[in-house]
Amino acid sequence: MPLLEVKNLQVRVEEREILHGLSLTVDAGEVHAIMGPNGSGKSTLSHVIAGKPGYEVTAGEILFKGENLLEMSPDQRAAKGVFLAFQYPVEIPGVATMTFLRTALNAQRKARGEGEFSTPDFLKRVREVAARLNIPQDMLRRGVNVGFSGGEKKRNEVLQMALFEPSLCILDEMDSGLDIDALRVAADGVNALRSPDRAMVVITHYQRLLNYIVPDFVHVMSKGRVVKSGGKELALELEASGYAQFEDAA
Amino acid sequence: MNVALAKAETGPGLRGILAIPRGRLPGAGKVADYRRQAFDAYENAGLPHRRIEDWKYTDLRVLMREVLPLAPEPDAAALTRAVAALKLYSIAGVRRLVLVDGVFVASLSETADLEQGLGIRTLCAELEIGDAALQAQLLAPDHSNPMMALNSAMMTDGLVIDVADDAALTQPLHIVHIASGAVPAAMFTRSLLKLGNAASATLVESYIAAEGAKTYQVHDSLLLSIGDGARLDHVRLVEDGREAFNISSAVVTVGARAHFNSFGMTSGSHVSRYQAVIACAGEGARVETNGVNLLNGRQHADTTLFLDHAVPNCSSREVFRAVLDDRGHSVFQGRIMVRPKAQKTDAKMMTRALLLSDEAEADNKPELEIFADDVTCGHGATTGALDESLLFYLRARGLPEKEAQALLIQAFVGEAIEAIANDDLRELAVSAAQRWLAARG
Repeated sequence: MPLLEVKNLQVRVEEREILHGLSLTVDAGEVHAIMGPNGSGKSTLSHVIAGKPGYEVTAGEILFKGENLLEMSPDQRAAKGVFLAFQYPVEIPGVATMTFLRTALNAQRKARGEGEFSTPDFLKRVREVAARLNIPQDMLRRGVNVGFSGGEKKRNEVLQMALFEPSLCILDEMDSGLDIDALRVAADGVNALRSPDRAMVVITHYQRLLNYIVPDFVHVMSKGRVVKSGGKELALELEASGYAQFEDAA
Repeated sequence: MNVALAKAETGPGLRGILAIPRGRLPGAGKVADYRRQAFDAYENAGLPHRRIEDWKYTDLRVLMREVLPLAPEPDAAALTRAVAALKLYSIAGVRRLVLVDGVFVASLSETADLEQGLGIRTLCAELEIGDAALQAQLLAPDHSNPMMALNSAMMTDGLVIDVADDAALTQPLHIVHIASGAVPAAMFTRSLLKLGNAASATLVESYIAAEGAKTYQVHDSLLLSIGDGARLDHVRLVEDGREAFNISSAVVTVGARAHFNSFGMTSGSHVSRYQAVIACAGEGARVETNGVNLLNGRQHADTTLFLDHAVPNCSSREVFRAVLDDRGHSVFQGRIMVRPKAQKTDAKMMTRALLLSDEAEADNKPELEIFADDVTCGHGATTGALDESLLFYLRARGLPEKEAQALLIQAFVGEAIEAIANDDLRELAVSAAQRWLAARG
């Protein structure tokens, strides 16, 4: 059974159809890149998989480990192992990062019928992962993402990915707003999480990110559909020729 | 304004008040004169209503309609009920002082082994046989505010606490107002805390009800006199029954270089009003007065603060938060007066309301009156719903909807709660907020 199956997905936002019958199959252990110009529907796809309100699915389905994902609330999806790394992680003043991480992890564990982490075990794990990602301890005491730089926000997303151990990670434009050094740190963090049990869907506008997170498959989206799929060499081809050739194909 | 109407609506219970047994309204001579003048002032004005600017959002003629008769002195059954209520609200490490139905109950209070420099007496005793200086302080409030006037006329008991110069109390004082709720009735209390120069103390006030208490009215007043260089930490928690009325006034005088840190949280009572007049009376005084209203159902809570900057170099901060569900109605009126001599005043006021329902209402009325030219003053007010993008972020990380809301609500009120200096009391406020959130289901 594939980990994720998106079949003929049609999605509307306020009467405007954004996705016109998109299909995508992702198996465990694979890294898929989804590329495409602005407005092609890349972020919409990531939001619909994560369960963001405001999108109307008019046709098609999304199966995750064989279950109908569209019937689940966003928190149920997270507990099942879906993780969306946000393009623009929000700032939450007044909620300490450490409190947030513990509350979220325990909520997921509770939903799965697992016991809560003890505080010392939890702290030890967070500190280990944070150290690996160059996240200073004082950042963990601050409000979630409050006053974090672009790079720190993205590293905080990777930190959560490492803690929650999802089976599907969707990285929405992880490279936006990052300089090359910040990108490398975040990408190294992601690469460390690649495993045979886990799949990743990397959404990006530019090929640059794929130098650091090397995909197994590349899909090109245009106007709400996947118009071409191939291996990692497709990304290089795109870099050379641009998206214009696909605008017509769609 | 129709005067006849005003008088008719002062409430049927009032005429009978003069017939109350002499023993229930302590004090003769000056005290009795003061009561009479106060009563005349109240009777003349009647219950305040919306056409009086200060009561625009809290029309007591509509909301309260009448003043209930004076509560009887608590009997054995009332005390048993009070004890049960106390068990649920006890705070570790404090010195407890209990008023049941407006009457001080020594057997439930801790008045032995007082710390050096601490004196505790009752209002009742003080009005009967107190020293002239303290009595003068107790009778200081004027009769311009009708509900304060009513309180002045009717006050039966309360605490009179004296902290000597330089005394640093380590144990917080906790005044607990309990309504036994046996019959619909009103209680009238007044307490005074006089903090000497360079002294420090912590005062906690709780308003609670015995189980099953129905309609009752709390009419309370608190007089705080904070000496030069002294520090008072003040926390008040209104957790009255859902059919109760709580009309409380405070008059605070802050001396030179003194520090007054106050926090109030209202999650109980059907209708409540907290009106405080805080005067920076000595140079270098510092005031922080923060508050949180957590309301649902048809609860109405009004916080009306008057910060009076009379002398130079004082600072004040007001941080106020309201979380409103269902048809909850929160009112915040903050008036800052900077008098001509009060140069270098630094006064700021920020109020924010979070509406969890379309039918909730928040009224914010900031007023700045500045008569000095070298000051920093500011105010801000916002009203809005929970941020959907924050909610989605939390839910995408596994938090169910109610938990995600609760976390954001706690963060929202947290800024006001954080200012509580004492760790235990801050925890107390946090847990009161959590109780409210848990009750939302």
